[in-house]
Amino acid sequence: MFARKEKLYGFLLVLPSIIAVGIFVYGFIAWSVRVSLSDWVGLTADYTFAGLRNYIELFSDPRFHVDIRNTVIFTVVFVLGALIIGLFLAILLDQRLPGEGFFRGLFLFPMAISFIVTGVVWRWLMNPATSADRLSGYNLLFDSLGLDFLINQWHLTPTYGMAAIAMTAIWQMSGYTMALYLGGLRAVPEELREAARVDGASEFQMYRRIILPLLWPVTLSAVIILGHISLKVFDLIIAVAGKQLPLDVPSIYMWQTTFDGLFYGRGASIGILLLISVAFLIIPYLYYSLRSEGEE
Amino acid sequence: MSTTSSSLSSSQGRRFQRRYLLLIPLILMTIFYLIPLYVMLVTGFKSFEEVSLQTMWNLPSGIHFDNYIEAFEKLKPHLWNSLIMVIPAAIISSIIGSINGFVLARWRFPGSKLVLPLLLFGMFIPYQSVIIPLAVFMKNIGLAGSIPGLVLVHVIYGIPITTLTFYGYYMTVPKELVEAAKIDGAGLLGTYWNIFIPVSAPAFVVVLIWQFTSAWNDFLFAVILTGNKSWPVTVALQNMAGSQIIAGNVQMAGSLLAALPTLLVYIFLGRYFLRGLMAGSLKG
Amino acid sequence: MKRRKSLSLQILSIVLVSVFLLAACQPAGGEASEVEVFSWWTGGGEAAGLDAMIEVFKEKNPNIEFVNSAVAGGAGTNARAVLATRLSQNEPPDSWQGHAGQELIGTYVKDEKIEPLNFLYDEEGWLDVMPATLIPLISDGGNIYSVPVNIHRANVIWSNSQILADNGISIPTSMDEWFAAMDALQAAGVTPLSMGEQWTAMHLFETIMLSSLGPDKYNGLWDGSTDWGSSDVTAALEAFTKTLSYTNSDASSLSWQDASQLVVDGSAAFNVMGDWAQGFYQELGLEPNTDYGWAPVPGTGGNFQFLSDSFVLAVGAPDRDAALAWLKVAGSKDGQDAFNPVKGSIPARSDGDVSLYNVYLQSAMDDWASNTVVGSLTHGVVANDSWKSEIDTALGLFLQDQDVGAFQAALVAACASTGPCQ
Repeated sequence: MFARKEKLYGFLLVLPSIIAVGIFVYGFIAWSVRVSLSDWVGLTADYTFAGLRNYIELFSDPRFHVDIRNTVIFTVVFVLGALIIGLFLAILLDQRLPGEGFFRGLFLFPMAISFIVTGVVWRWLMNPATSADRLSGYNLLFDSLGLDFLINQWHLTPTYGMAAIAMTAIWQMSGYTMALYLGGLRAVPEELREAARVDGASEFQMYRRIILPLLWPVTLSAVIILGHISLKVFDLIIAVAGKQLPLDVPSIYMWQTTFDGLFYGRGASIGILLLISVAFLIIPYLYYSLRSEGEE
Repeated sequence: MSTTSSSLSSSQGRRFQRRYLLLIPLILMTIFYLIPLYVMLVTGFKSFEEVSLQTMWNLPSGIHFDNYIEAFEKLKPHLWNSLIMVIPAAIISSIIGSINGFVLARWRFPGSKLVLPLLLFGMFIPYQSVIIPLAVFMKNIGLAGSIPGLVLVHVIYGIPITTLTFYGYYMTVPKELVEAAKIDGAGLLGTYWNIFIPVSAPAFVVVLIWQFTSAWNDFLFAVILTGNKSWPVTVALQNMAGSQIIAGNVQMAGSLLAALPTLLVYIFLGRYFLRGLMAGSLKG
Repeated sequence: MKRRKSLSLQILSIVLVSVFLLAACQPAGGEASEVEVFSWWTGGGEAAGLDAMIEVFKEKNPNIEFVNSAVAGGAGTNARAVLATRLSQNEPPDSWQGHAGQELIGTYVKDEKIEPLNFLYDEEGWLDVMPATLIPLISDGGNIYSVPVNIHRANVIWSNSQILADNGISIPTSMDEWFAAMDALQAAGVTPLSMGEQWTAMHLFETIMLSSLGPDKYNGLWDGSTDWGSSDVTAALEAFTKTLSYTNSDASSLSWQDASQLVVDGSAAFNVMGDWAQGFYQELGLEPNTDYGWAPVPGTGGNFQFLSDSFVLAVGAPDRDAALAWLKVAGSKDGQDAFNPVKGSIPARSDGDVSLYNVYLQSAMDDWASNTVVGSLTHGVVANDSWKSEIDTALGLFLQDQDVGAFQAALVAACASTGPCQ
């Protein structure tokens, strides 16, 4: 039924994309692997083979340990925060309240703005000074509202400062999870809700027992998207906190060591390790979701 | 009868009130979302002397449009650069994504099931890890430092997400329609043009908006791949921050100007974008 | 159907409106002789100074278009990334800003990215007017590689005269006096020393190292003759640790400007920063000696810890003649006297017109001529980029854990891996 020639046309139409992605994604990854196995330090390319030395050094590098800790904290706070707030907003908006369209648009708009634009504002808002004469940003707001106990050091909080940075990322991306969840909620057939109400379930029970389990695939997609964003996080931290070791993450280490220190080999190794961790998240997901779609 | 009806109406009344209570958390969240915008807005209207960290919540003493004029003067050529870069980038990558999505979803060839994940993986790579070979490659093909080069990069790194969006969307087009078209003797292009394109508007809106905003907001590729005449607005904005006295008011005004096009797109087209998102066409 | 129509209308109108709005702003292109100069002077006095020098250039070279490729240094250090990328792909700007010293020699010269300029020095007679202390720092193997435009001093302590007077403190001249003064201030509830983000900690670090070790041993750190593992260095690191205990707790969220501002606002008594802080105070309209005071960092009197911005000639410059025309202006008396008073630095040439400079800069000119000159670490004089970046990482970790032993071990390792201790 499918003519062989027609199939060939299909292939030819996709071929330019395959070639482009082949070069710009896989070719460049291969190039990075090659650099990561080299001794390249300085402004001139040097591909002398150094084996896994760059990788081995990273594993005993105290700065890289800080990076891993920070990435874990950021990922946990950001992914959980964006999921919970996104779900919360979606359920609220699912109640068909007045002004629903306004709220939906409002929660989505931070996605439209880059951190190059909002970074300075966040820097001001999360000013970590806690002494009375220098309060500003949220701390000043808390002070004037009598909420003194909320005054904190934000991203300068020892060890857990990344959580404050994650808050800005939640601001940006929770609208997106809201949209995903709202889509999921609207796809739940009205009969299911009615059936639950007829059975005497409260609204809360209905969400808990019937609707949330149905949202599981949405949650999974959201976790993957948010998770890979948090592994790559870069400009957000730079914009809010600058380059500070307490708030270092692998992508910043990579940028600094490559361009400030000219350790191209080490920089490429960090890039490859980042890629591997993203792959651990993505490949099972791609496998799972494409297989299930293929079955339909 | 009367008792049931009265209990029904009272329960409706309770539900009515409770529903309105739900507006309270919504309004609190609204404040959280709008605070950064408020600070940007009021600071942009302040005079230089008025700007200080301790008075950031205060309203400006008057409306000073000077800051916006000054920022616009500085950003003007770069806003233009952004626009002539972003529009072709968004349109071309949408078309490519649509064709790829169509072929991979409904016009499969041997091996097409492998092509999709291989393309999609490109969506997740950390761009920092390709920036150096990218810069070298762009130079070798003679497109470094130019707007067409930047367009090409956005188009190519946009292939995964645009392909996925159209793939997901076209999977919802019934197979039977394709079969019927084939029986009528329609070829690949005929099927694509007559059956798929007419229903593609929602997917195109999502992809165009997505690509428009991500190319508009990009900084990393722009700063490495363009020169000072072809800088888009994000790079110019970063430069405005300067390195001695930072004129916070002008900077905030500039930030707002730089964000305006994407904000406008979201305000006017946001609901179509949201509808597309909610339809699951961008689920990941 | 109606909905779709209105949607396309909306798209169309947005596009059209934007195009019309912006059509007027399309920059005119032109392909004449041009010189592209890369720097990270994008704002404030730095940019204004550069503009003043560009004016001089335009007067002398009306036929050459000046392309000012300044990229903000700032938090992302984007400037360095852009430059490194362009250099490693051999697509350099005609000329760029580089700090005199190891940043130049140990990085650009080592990788053969810049051309020797001896012929230009001979032609222009610069050897007679550029300070003899500076030439070796921009030379390698008898070749001179850059044109310095200015000199900044790193080891300056800025103070709030009012706070010092209120607490009966005179400006300290030794570390011990300084610690005693800061103890008194702390007891009086004043933040003794303001500090900003991580690089300002490195700036403080280098001045304390100089103060504690003295100029000879300090210089020895950078040529390998002072052992990084020695007890002298341990003592210096302990002095640095003690100094840090007097700083504000929110240091890492402040820019250097914020930290300098704390002193004039009366929120802190002292700040250690290079003398570009003076340019910043000047822009704020403050009066030297009344609104703020200055002195060499305690224990570094008689030493001038310097840095110098200089411009280089790229190997393979797209327009070499235009680049040379730019360098001639950068090295000229006119160019430097246009640039420096605005930028707030002293000219690299020793024949600058003293009357153009303010009271602070005049004192700096005297000190530059009479003091022992040593180089700055943070600003590229004494260590190459790789070594500096390793020290920066070690310092960042130290600021978190305050472990002197680990810090010293990391500094020893950094010298061995990328410094002269190999």
